Amino acid sequence: MTRYVMVADLNRCVGCQTCTAACKHTNATPPGVQWRKVLDVEMGEYPNVERLFMPVGCQHCSDPPCMEVCPSTATGQRKDGIVTIDYDICIGCSYCAVACPYQARYKVETPRFAYGDQPTETEAIRFDEGRIGVAQKCTFCSDRVDAGLARGLKPGVDPDATPACANACIANALTFGDLEDPDSNVSKLLTDNTWFRMHEELGTEPGFFYLWNEK
Amino acid sequence: MNPAKFGRFGTSHQISWDWRAAANFIGGGSGSALLLFATLTAYPASPPLWAVLAGLALIGAGLACVWAEIGRPWRAFNVLFHPQTSWMTREAYVAALIFLLSVAALATGLALLAYSAGAAALLFLYCQGRILKAARGIPAWREPAVVRLIVATGLVEGCALLLLLQSAFAALQTEMLGALLVLVLLRAASWLHYRARLLASDAPQSTRRALAPAQLGLLLAGAALPLLAGGAALVLPQTVAFGVLAAIAAVLPGWHFKFLLVTRAAQVQGYALGNKLRRGHPLAQAR
Ligand code: SF4
Ligand code: SF4
Repeated sequence: MTRYVMVADLNRCVGCQTCTAACKHTNATPPGVQWRKVLDVEMGEYPNVERLFMPVGCQHCSDPPCMEVCPSTATGQRKDGIVTIDYDICIGCSYCAVACPYQARYKVETPRFAYGDQPTETEAIRFDEGRIGVAQKCTFCSDRVDAGLARGLKPGVDPDATPACANACIANALTFGDLEDPDSNVSKLLTDNTWFRMHEELGTEPGFFYLWNEK
Repeated sequence: MNPAKFGRFGTSHQISWDWRAAANFIGGGSGSALLLFATLTAYPASPPLWAVLAGLALIGAGLACVWAEIGRPWRAFNVLFHPQTSWMTREAYVAALIFLLSVAALATGLALLAYSAGAAALLFLYCQGRILKAARGIPAWREPAVVRLIVATGLVEGCALLLLLQSAFAALQTEMLGALLVLVLLRAASWLHYRARLLASDAPQSTRRALAPAQLGLLLAGAALPLLAGGAALVLPQTVAFGVLAAIAAVLPGWHFKFLLVTRAAQVQGYALGNKLRRGHPLAQAR
């Protein structure tokens, strides 16, 4: 069995948003849509205030509420744990968006471009009519993972089989891999560090782990 | 980890569902309960045509509003694909059943078909409550007590609307009025239960603030006023105005509450740092 997850090391993330940019570049998401984003978090109370950066996005939950509520079966889950959306089936009801506790889903009603009404050359090439009026979110770059696997590459190790955000991270804060493989990079990180998951109390079993070593 | 230090942040208002979704809960809730009460009060005969048509019109209007909100309206039939777990799919099936049974009842005159439509209408109301509860991203909706409240307020609205429509044709039915007053009390109790649960939960402050007007609405305008006016109508049955006032006072706060709940009080969960740091491989912990 395989379960792909992401490990975000909050001790390492410097908030540079390179992953955000890499995701936007790879997936050609329109303005206002960020499948991957990094929150700038201030915590504690004066004078004991700390600042950290927290990458967020679809957590590829094991028990995804978005899939449970989806009336059209557009939202699905692969055997490797990646939560998917079939743009050809989705009716754009946004029920998944209100069911997702991680604010990971977006719906864009009309084409939007970075510089006004006219798309740039890249945007014109990358524009996908199928994504208008339907739900969209991070895919864990599943196409890239699949293409890499087909070439015998290892997701999380070989960049051509690894999500763009993890590849791009300048601080090596994002690590992708198979949780079920005890020798994988993510398994090692989770064994050797303290970690938490977001909103665990909701029973979603998120596939996004945050490393945090309290000082 | 210290929970105070690692509290929730980044709560914002959901922008996915707007007044059109609220209109479905308002129209569907009132219409389905209207159909139910029309069936119950007509027993053993069939409910009157005008009541059935009014109920269907309200349900239809609510569904039309939802249809206007979805991003791919011409794929609307895909809503039927997931009855295994989706309460939205179940609502759609039950709505279709209500319409089919009602049309068949009108065409054949068979009261049994009309009763079945009435029973399906109750199921429709329940589906609406479950739709909200399943939305785990919105604390005000996922609170389990919301199901009871949505059913309770729907019943009040349907009963009151039937009373209003009946008063246009004939004298007020005191039994109906009595039932309305009991339902109004049940709704007030459901609201207090829901509110207590919400206040005890980790719902955002903005959600609590947004729902504050419902306290006055459902208890004062929506319960005390109908009880006073309804009581006066029972003592003075020839004065229709008291009964009408009781019915209007019962309906409007329910609609207002649902509008608030679906639009203004629908703050998302927000983000959070976990309040429990763990050590060791997650699968080793699970085993
Ligand atoms: S994070 Fe949200 S969109 Fe992603 S799988 Fe979980 S519930 Fe679904
Ligand atoms: S918007 Fe699409 S993916 Fe989301 S619940 Fe509706 S049909 Fe399913």
